[in-house]
Amino acid sequence: MQNTIKIIIFLIFFFIISVFYISLTRETNYDTSNLINKKIPEFKVIYADESGFYTRDDLKKNDFTLINFWASWCAPCKVEHPILMRLSKSKKLKILGVNFKDKDKQAKKFLSDLGNPYDFLAKDINGKQSVSLGIYGIPESILINNELLIMKKFVGPLSSDDYNKIEELIK
Amino acid sequence: MKLKIILIFLLTNAQFLLAAEKKIDPNEIHKNLRCLVCQGQSISDSNSDFAQTIKLVVKDLIKEGKTEKEIYSFMSDKYGEWIIFKPQLNIHNSLLWFLPYIILILGGFFLFNLIKKRQ
Amino acid sequence: MLSNLGNILLFVNVILCFGIIYNANKSLKTSSNLINKNIFQLSLIQSTLIIICFFTLIAAFIISDFSLVTVYQNSHSLKPLFYKIAGTWGNHEGSLLLWAIILTIFSFLFLIYNKDHPKKFRLLTLIIQNILILGFLFFILFNSNPFSSLSPIPTEGLGLNPILQDPALAIHPPLLYVGFVGSSIYFSAAIASLISNYTEKSFSYSIKNWVLISWCFQTLGILVGSIWAYYELGWGGFWFWDPVENASLLPWFSMTALFHSLIVFEKRNIFYFWVIILCLITFILSVTGTFLVRSGILNSVHTFASDPSRGLYILLFLSLMIFSSIFLLFKKYKNEDYKLNQNSKETFILINNWFMMFYLITVLLGTIYPIFTDALTDHKISVGPPFYNTIILPVVIIFLLFMAVGPKAKWIKNKFKNIKIYFFILLASFGLNFLIIFFFKSYSVLSNLILISAIFLILSSLIDLTSAIKKNKFDLARIISHASFGFLVLFIGLNNIFTIEKDYNIKLGETKKFENYSIKLQNLEVKNFKNYQAVIGEIEIKNDNLNRSNILKPEIRIYDNPRTLTYEASIKTSISKDYYLTMSNIDRSDYYNIKFQKKPLMMWIWVSVIMIVFGGFLRLFINAKHN
Repeated sequence: MQNTIKIIIFLIFFFIISVFYISLTRETNYDTSNLINKKIPEFKVIYADESGFYTRDDLKKNDFTLINFWASWCAPCKVEHPILMRLSKSKKLKILGVNFKDKDKQAKKFLSDLGNPYDFLAKDINGKQSVSLGIYGIPESILINNELLIMKKFVGPLSSDDYNKIEELIK
Repeated sequence: MKLKIILIFLLTNAQFLLAAEKKIDPNEIHKNLRCLVCQGQSISDSNSDFAQTIKLVVKDLIKEGKTEKEIYSFMSDKYGEWIIFKPQLNIHNSLLWFLPYIILILGGFFLFNLIKKRQ
Repeated sequence: MLSNLGNILLFVNVILCFGIIYNANKSLKTSSNLINKNIFQLSLIQSTLIIICFFTLIAAFIISDFSLVTVYQNSHSLKPLFYKIAGTWGNHEGSLLLWAIILTIFSFLFLIYNKDHPKKFRLLTLIIQNILILGFLFFILFNSNPFSSLSPIPTEGLGLNPILQDPALAIHPPLLYVGFVGSSIYFSAAIASLISNYTEKSFSYSIKNWVLISWCFQTLGILVGSIWAYYELGWGGFWFWDPVENASLLPWFSMTALFHSLIVFEKRNIFYFWVIILCLITFILSVTGTFLVRSGILNSVHTFASDPSRGLYILLFLSLMIFSSIFLLFKKYKNEDYKLNQNSKETFILINNWFMMFYLITVLLGTIYPIFTDALTDHKISVGPPFYNTIILPVVIIFLLFMAVGPKAKWIKNKFKNIKIYFFILLASFGLNFLIIFFFKSYSVLSNLILISAIFLILSSLIDLTSAIKKNKFDLARIISHASFGFLVLFIGLNNIFTIEKDYNIKLGETKKFENYSIKLQNLEVKNFKNYQAVIGEIEIKNDNLNRSNILKPEIRIYDNPRTLTYEASIKTSISKDYYLTMSNIDRSDYYNIKFQKKPLMMWIWVSVIMIVFGGFLRLFINAKHN
């Protein structure tokens, strides 16, 4: 067997084993938190009181917006709620809450019990608008600037770390 | 005579071959989308909440007249390429799509040469 | 106590391995042609002890000895006895013990059944196989020990996962392991053959039946896995090109290529190195598959719980195997000198191997490509059924034609006696395909071609059969397996083309109609069982034209330990089709989502695979009779 073929075969196997080794240390669970630094897609959610719609263009009016998908039936949403309350104090950040596949009565009770951090409150009854924004589980939050760029995605409940990261980004 | 028989068969078969047209089938699309909150199931096979929502959105998109390609592009734009089971044809995946046939052809050449050498 | 017993037995086995390797090595150096008796004795003791070890673990599961971590994690006192026993190998640690048993028993059996072969070859095979056994014993003892104990002893186990309590799933691992773990013996034999220069065609006699046995069981294992997926997973499919499924298919391709090449090697004493390469590749693929499945680097429906340290160990073992194989091959490779006619059976078998390698590389590429893109470019992609179907199906068309024509070619120089007959078979195939289109519905070009090829293979096998019966000289095993493969492709094709799937959101009392069928959710019943609560839907499927109805009862099961929700499909099987129905509830509404499927010829798909295996066993039986 010619030497070149031998070397090629050896290198191919070496390459495959190396890649296997590298992958052992990587995270296999997929999440969409890498889909950032793009423009946020078009969307249109109805206000909770059905007085109108909140669309992508409305985001331009705010310095920074945090879109937060939540529901009264979602346990982790209760866990992240205090963080949202802290964030609501920020002047530069406006929070758009989208109530996801929920009932008005339960949603209102949730907010009256735990506090309402939302500058704007909308609802997505059948969940279709969440798909436009690439949401696949709740709670999920997206941070956008006034140029409609997605700065960060938070899949799952917001943590204190996330709070610090947001404060950093909106300086 | 034989040639005529062949032609008749081919023509009659061909007529039906061409008759099978392609209409947009939501089920096909569901099968090609991955359920992101499940372990490897497709939207078609999953009973999860997420799958049900995606099915509604796909229904709307079909009603709007979007083609299959546009629907996949919509989904991969929002959720990443991971959600589509058929690897997209781009530079990253060209090796995946072409290597099998390249190897088939190379194997064929190799065999051909081997046999020629050994006659 | 059981824990101690198990550990002692494992430890003794390690010592026995060393003992066998030492004694075999010593025996290699003696000039006597006979293998020292104590090697046989050690081997027999080794097999006996590992079997006792395995039964010790089974006993621990039966009596629910929760002092063993494995029993605690994977069993429960309320589990039915059959599933307690099956739970022994249904987990990572226990399944490794199954690996060890098969490696050991095959080692012993190979030794005693190969008395007519050179001593050096037999001893080397024994040594290599024992090195493999040692590798797995060390893995078990230092990383994944089923006998590791827990203190304080828990009062109850964790493992009552209902999805895993299924008869098909219980026998799936043992069948599959006799397949791909069994391929270890011809891996060792191949290495031994290279080292001892045992290149005569009699080498093929030593491994021939082992290749067949492992192939038959591998096929059965894959079949049972697919049947389980169909009946249990609730989506009505049986093959998803899931990475774990692919891992079991890869060795199957190389095993198939191997036993076809062995035929040539046996008859004409050529292709020796190719046969060796295939022997090595098969077991290497088996270990690669094990690595992919247990290391956690793949995302799949079937993954075991993962642990990177396991992956590291298996990768190390795999690397040692691969690099020692290729170094040995490089050293020993010699160009063979032989003549090959382009029109001969040898060429057709080479063509079979060519296609098998194509399928192998395609499935391997599809399975590991996402791993590569993720590791190298940090970009996750999915490779699913559309990829495999698009690439493989067109090639199958030509493959089936070769399968029909190839076996009839003669050795060395072939002359096709009766070409006209192929022409008529082809016409008949077109004709039958046309009839199907005419009476039912038309379908895509690709489907047409696949059906025509499959029918061609079937018809030509049948003609083979009739002409061979007349001459009273025939290869029944081959005819059965090849024809059944044709039938398999035919039935899968027809099933695929004519399946009807409907997805509805329905309320109690509602009826949905499509074509000539009505589906009505007639009744909902809540029933309590020993370890679960079931919501049973009573759904009537009525064929309005024929005025016939069937009642199907899918279930939503709520288990409380652990708290899981499963969806049990209701399947009604008949000769011509299966009705398949699953039901799930829609949260926060009183609608139910039902998926109804009408799947023609489903049971014939299973029958075809069983017949393919039957052909293999028949060949094995004939081989055994001739010896």
